Amino acid sequence: MSRRVAGRIGINLAGLFVFVVMVFPVYWMVATSFKEGHNILSDTPQFFPSPVTLSNFDDAIHRAFFWDVVKNSLLIVGAVVGFSIVVGFLAALALAKFRFYGRGAFIVLILGVQMVPLNALIIPLYIQLSRAGLTNELSGVIITYLTFVLPFTVWTLRGFLLGIPRELEEAAMVDGSTRFGAFVRILLPLVAPGLVATSNFAFIVAWNEFLIAYVFLNDPEKQTLTVWLAGFTTQRGTDWGPLMAAATLTALPVLVFFLLIHRKIAFGLTAGAVRG
Amino acid sequence: MSQGPGGEAGFPAMTATAAAGSAMIRRRRRPVAERAFHVLSPYLLLAPAALVIVAVLGYPLYLLTRLSFEQFGLASLITKKGTWIGLDNYSRIFQDRQFWTVLLRTFVFTAVNVGLTMVLGTLIALLLARLGRFMRLLLTTGLVLVWATPVIVAVNIFRWMVDYEFGVLNWTLTKLHVGDFLNKDWFADPTTGFAVITAIVVWGAIPFVAITLYAGLSQVPAELVEAAEIDGARRWQVFKDITFPLLLPIFVILTSLSIIWDFQVFNQIWLARGSEPEEEYWLMSVYSFVEAFKLGEYGFGAAIAVVMVGAMFLATFVYLRQMIRMGETR
Repeated sequence: MSRRVAGRIGINLAGLFVFVVMVFPVYWMVATSFKEGHNILSDTPQFFPSPVTLSNFDDAIHRAFFWDVVKNSLLIVGAVVGFSIVVGFLAALALAKFRFYGRGAFIVLILGVQMVPLNALIIPLYIQLSRAGLTNELSGVIITYLTFVLPFTVWTLRGFLLGIPRELEEAAMVDGSTRFGAFVRILLPLVAPGLVATSNFAFIVAWNEFLIAYVFLNDPEKQTLTVWLAGFTTQRGTDWGPLMAAATLTALPVLVFFLLIHRKIAFGLTAGAVRG
Repeated sequence: MSQGPGGEAGFPAMTATAAAGSAMIRRRRRPVAERAFHVLSPYLLLAPAALVIVAVLGYPLYLLTRLSFEQFGLASLITKKGTWIGLDNYSRIFQDRQFWTVLLRTFVFTAVNVGLTMVLGTLIALLLARLGRFMRLLLTTGLVLVWATPVIVAVNIFRWMVDYEFGVLNWTLTKLHVGDFLNKDWFADPTTGFAVITAIVVWGAIPFVAITLYAGLSQVPAELVEAAEIDGARRWQVFKDITFPLLLPIFVILTSLSIIWDFQVFNQIWLARGSEPEEEYWLMSVYSFVEAFKLGEYGFGAAIAVVMVGAMFLATFVYLRQMIRMGETR
């Protein structure tokens, strides 16, 4: 019995060790961002910020173009998520609730295009946009982001729609409701959590994107938060305190959204993959 | 981002049931217009998405292939026309010594990163399954924090941690008497530089693998494992003969996705090397990007990208066939 207890303690200690190793980089970012400059550049690292200061955050948000890039990021992400959810939801409805010629082919297409690496498409996308005169424009980036946001939105929403029992809709229709009435009163409320989860995930993916924004947007006041963050290094070397503060600010919305939705995403991925 | 397979079967068409239902209630044939609308409606719903996908994925794919057969430089960007040169770009790639070095480096990098990600992710998933309630919640939350960290942020954190003067890593390694790491510049030597980049990639990829596998593990029937344990199976045998075969579909999906993601790693290298990676740090995606956007050789860069996609799918295919064979011999 005592061996089992020892084993259990050992397992939990291993868990704690993994936790510390995995979380340390994130902790180190946050801790650094609250430290005073001389405590950041010290020969012996200071593991807990003391005294705590907000000057790094102050420095970060007063850097040139900070509010411009925040606004750009929000604009781009908002447009991409809004458009993808509406268009993606319509397509997901067709795939989940109708049987029609070409349905299987479209599903294969949706899955297939997600395998195409974005890095390979950046050259033709750039040439396409420069022909259309949309480089250095937020609208060009918005259109391009649909490349990777829309297919996965369609796929995820289809999964959520499939999870709604057919009987509920049928019951509504037998009770004299029209198909549209059944849709608004039964289907929509049921799929609402799925819509929220999918938009959050789309938000995260678009918010984190770097390469397209980096290549397509040249003017500093037109860039996004991630591109701005990547250009934080100055000639004098890296200003670690403000950089870590800016990094914390960039990661913050994503961390919040992710903690809200991760359960749905993780379980959605494996649903039906194991049949015991 | 890809999703795993959803429950495809068991959801017969809505159209059929709706038609049957309304026939019972109203006992009359629908007007022709209504029936036509019914047949057309899925296509109408699908049309906007299909149009966008053709425009932002279909056409670029076609353009990528066409560009790879063209001489398309900076001047072509203005005239909007390239010159057809057939297979010249490809023969140039295959004669380029640098290409073979970069390709080999990319294969090794992918193998190391995918291997580390899968092994560590699996170990953490197995650990999660055996932890107590509190520790499990704590570790899951920690993994989600890591999962959510944007790549750009992660690269900056790691650059700070391995800073040669004030980095916490050099200090810790020296204190632990691993060696004298004071003022060690990790990026001076590509081997240690790639170690740091691998750490960034694997660290960021572990949570997805671990959490997904843990979700799969929790669906493995406990009776199976218990029965095997009663029969005297060791822990490794239980994993090899019960858990792993049951989770094989998830392993296949996760490894394929990891290969696809790691084969095209770009951001980590680009940012870790301050947007000017030395040639020793080039992987396929960096090579293609530099040729196209730094040297203005869009056609040549496109050809490299086509080769990259081809090599990536070949690697995934070979791996998938291997996995399926392993599954069959059981």
